[in-house]
Amino acid sequence: MSGERVLIATTVNGVPHQRAVEPRMLLADFLRHELGLTGTHVGCEHGVCGACTILLDELPVRACLLFAPQANGRAIETVEGLARGPGQLHPLQEAFRDAHGLQCGYCTPGILMTMKAFLAENPSPTEAEVREALSGNLCRCTGYQHIVDAVMLAAKRGAPG
Amino acid sequence: MKPAPFRYVAAESLGQALSAKAAGGDEARFLAGGQSLVPAMNFRLARPAMLIDLNPLFELDYVRAAGQGGLSIGALTRHRTLERSPLVAEHAPLVAEAVRHVAHPQIRNRGTLGGNLAHADPASELPAVMLALGARFRVRSARGERWIEAAGFFRGPLATALGPEEMLAEIALPGLPPRSGTCFVEVARRRGDYALLGVAAVVTLGDDGTCTAAGLALCNAGATPVRATRSAAMLVGRRAGEREIAAAAAAVAGEIDPPGNVHATAAFRRHLAGVLTRRALATAAARAGAGARAR
Repeated sequence: MSGERVLIATTVNGVPHQRAVEPRMLLADFLRHELGLTGTHVGCEHGVCGACTILLDELPVRACLLFAPQANGRAIETVEGLARGPGQLHPLQEAFRDAHGLQCGYCTPGILMTMKAFLAENPSPTEAEVREALSGNLCRCTGYQHIVDAVMLAAKRGAPG
Repeated sequence: MKPAPFRYVAAESLGQALSAKAAGGDEARFLAGGQSLVPAMNFRLARPAMLIDLNPLFELDYVRAAGQGGLSIGALTRHRTLERSPLVAEHAPLVAEAVRHVAHPQIRNRGTLGGNLAHADPASELPAVMLALGARFRVRSARGERWIEAAGFFRGPLATALGPEEMLAEIALPGLPPRSGTCFVEVARRRGDYALLGVAAVVTLGDDGTCTAAGLALCNAGATPVRATRSAAMLVGRRAGEREIAAAAAAVAGEIDPPGNVHATAAFRRHLAGVLTRRALATAAARAGAGARAR
């Protein structure tokens, strides 16, 4: 049983990939170790911290609570897919820089992916709605205030979700 | 933290999934949203030999009107869908109100109603809601199907009446009678945490304002979600006023056996049960009186 592999085909940030993986490989580990996309961070590995949040068919989900084969035939977006090109920032990332929405940065990729989907669904949120949407992402540095400020700033600037 | 090895089967049809489960028995587990099973596997608290992934079975993801205000909900319906469904808001406002307390948006995007109920965590909100509403569960296996009442489904912590070959396939919610109101309230340490204690209440009033039916169920109040039938019955035939509701709420502590742990003592949970039952019944009665279904 160990060593049995399944072939999967998935699209990550618009790029198709094919790999043979052990079914027990978590999607977060697949992105990091198989594809080298280390922007997706691994924190608690049991669905609590939100650091590994990615978009699966446009919805934010925990990549540590999915097995890689479950991404077969699906479209994934990670933090590497946000900016349009090298040296550029996505408007949401721009807002995080301007509003000091990060300190150590470990939780940031998960928060960016969560907030991208949130702003796409709710482009003009209240602060309370932002806090509710952030509830599944832990940050141990900022106390959240500047993260909330950054999301509100991105919304005010009309950042595309 | 890596799960133990397992065989992975992506379901191609319901029939194939049920056959695989019949062959695999207890060693095989269905994978729905995976928001409870996968953490348990990451910790190696669960080590199934086979996972049968139900996520490809879109035919199990639906919310349909079932007549007389009832709903049929497919087991693979995500929490996210319940949260946003106009049908659920109209016909099962108790579900819509409670589902917002289930974890966080990312979890609700994946988690499913069937998975939540089959996991049978006594602290979880929706099992209690199913008890309060008198839901029925359609259970399927390779050999056929049967229906199980919610009241007979939850057998213990993480234990249900499902046999090793069976799958919870559909949830049937009966329609609420006219002049019914519902309410779900809970206390949790942080947003999205499991409730220290939660209460689901259903109150139906007659034309003269007398309570004609009442349902109460609590989460994190025992080894299973707990129906407080005696307390609820105290309201029936009476006016659902402040004094009557207080009496019913005071009786709830005698119908539960809440756990005591680092998060809260059993005594504090009993206290919460009384306070939250009073609030839930009062709100449900007010909503019933307003003639509008609860939101």
